[in-house]
Amino acid sequence: MSAGWTWYVLIMTLASVAACFWLIVWTNRQRASESEIAASEAHVWDEDIRELNNPLPMWWLWSFIITLVWGIGYFVMYPSFSDTGGLLGWSQEAQYEAQVAAAEERYGPIFASYGAMAVEELVDDPKAMNIGASLYANYCSQCHGANALGAAGFPNLTDDTWNWGGSPANIEYAITNGRNATMPALGAVFASDEAINEMVRYVRNMANEMDTTSPAHATYMQLCVACHGPTGQGMQAVGAPSLADDVWLYGSSESAVRKSFVAGRNGVMPAHMNMLGSDRIRILSAYIYSLSR
Amino acid sequence: MNHEKVEKNIGIMAILIVLVISIGGLVEIVPLMASSAATEPLEGIRPYPALQLAGRDIYVREGCYVCHSQQIRPFRSETERYGPYSVAGEFVYDRPFQFGSKRTGPDLARVGKRYSDEWHRIHFMNPRDLVPESNMPGYPWLASNDVDGELVTRKMRALQRLGDPYSDEEIAAAAAAVAGRTELDAIIAYLQNLGTARSAR
Repeated sequence: MSAGWTWYVLIMTLASVAACFWLIVWTNRQRASESEIAASEAHVWDEDIRELNNPLPMWWLWSFIITLVWGIGYFVMYPSFSDTGGLLGWSQEAQYEAQVAAAEERYGPIFASYGAMAVEELVDDPKAMNIGASLYANYCSQCHGANALGAAGFPNLTDDTWNWGGSPANIEYAITNGRNATMPALGAVFASDEAINEMVRYVRNMANEMDTTSPAHATYMQLCVACHGPTGQGMQAVGAPSLADDVWLYGSSESAVRKSFVAGRNGVMPAHMNMLGSDRIRILSAYIYSLSR
Repeated sequence: MNHEKVEKNIGIMAILIVLVISIGGLVEIVPLMASSAATEPLEGIRPYPALQLAGRDIYVREGCYVCHSQQIRPFRSETERYGPYSVAGEFVYDRPFQFGSKRTGPDLARVGKRYSDEWHRIHFMNPRDLVPESNMPGYPWLASNDVDGELVTRKMRALQRLGDPYSDEEIAAAAAAVAGRTELDAIIAYLQNLGTARSAR
């Protein structure tokens, strides 16, 4: 703030305080005199209720004065009329930085010691798993669910199915850098609605058998095999789910599978490095790893 | 001057009341209008592109601010959960800003890129499909309403007149930018941009 504005704030504030003080003195001087009672005869309701200028209650008056004095003290001690922060040198940023530094001093070593441990060790540390559960509730539950069972489009973390691999390193990579799985929209590729229906039937049946007699089989071996593999086993390197098991990320209904073909899918796991840092990610990875053990 | 004069003359009384209640604003608000921290955009903050602007107005129309704040206060407990605290320069193109005053739902100041577009899509249709414990209402009608390109263009022109640095080309392209997009697309575009200019820890 420029000097002009500093003076503006200073004068306005002090003038207000002074005006409040004057108000007390002024109202306090007006005592209900006999003549006033006489004059108020005109203001009588219901026979004997009169309007008077009675003195202010003392407790109220004192609390008002104390507020004024406290206000002046506050004005001087805290940043009010300048950017320099008053006599205490207080600033919101500095208070925040101090808060963060104090927490870092207290919790930093704990997180650092866990961060140096391997995921396989951490899963047997009940304290680390407690921290992991809190981190999970805060940062993961919105998509994967409070019980980690997932939802349509958001993987279940408690089972043995891992689209991108379930090793500690894979899990840690996913949290740190995020994942982006793309199933292209193939609606335009199919010649007819029947061809799509046949494809849907073929894929939904894959867990039972690879129906090589189906006309969809040739299409599969042409379009889908690159990611989902010749036996429908999927490919963890690109996050392509296995089609040969009973787990369906987007649901197993005809309409859900059909939508995957026609409109495509785009599964996004956001990166959390900025938000969490590597130590917390290690603990969280261990917690998630522990869920499917 | 005595009581009687003030009490019996409504004109004087009105003037005195206006004088008294304006002091707070004069001291706390007016100097901010001259403060660069509050009037100059933070690096990376731009006026909302057409689709996001439409989304912002849907946010206001649906009353999202009643349950969601958009202001992360400088406390560790808040920055741990939501990300870096909010600064004034992030809100210079918000007319009016959506700070809110109540958190029935979480703060949204840094919700941008936190979830996928698909997550928002499902969540807006029925939040309980993703978060069974949620008490947020569903907003399924957003998916069936189209964004009005003409209206967005007029809004951008109005904002340009108020001083937002929209170029004439941007405004001319606005209707095309929102053509065929639903209100759901618009509000997701708006949310996915929220707070992303200051995302690093």
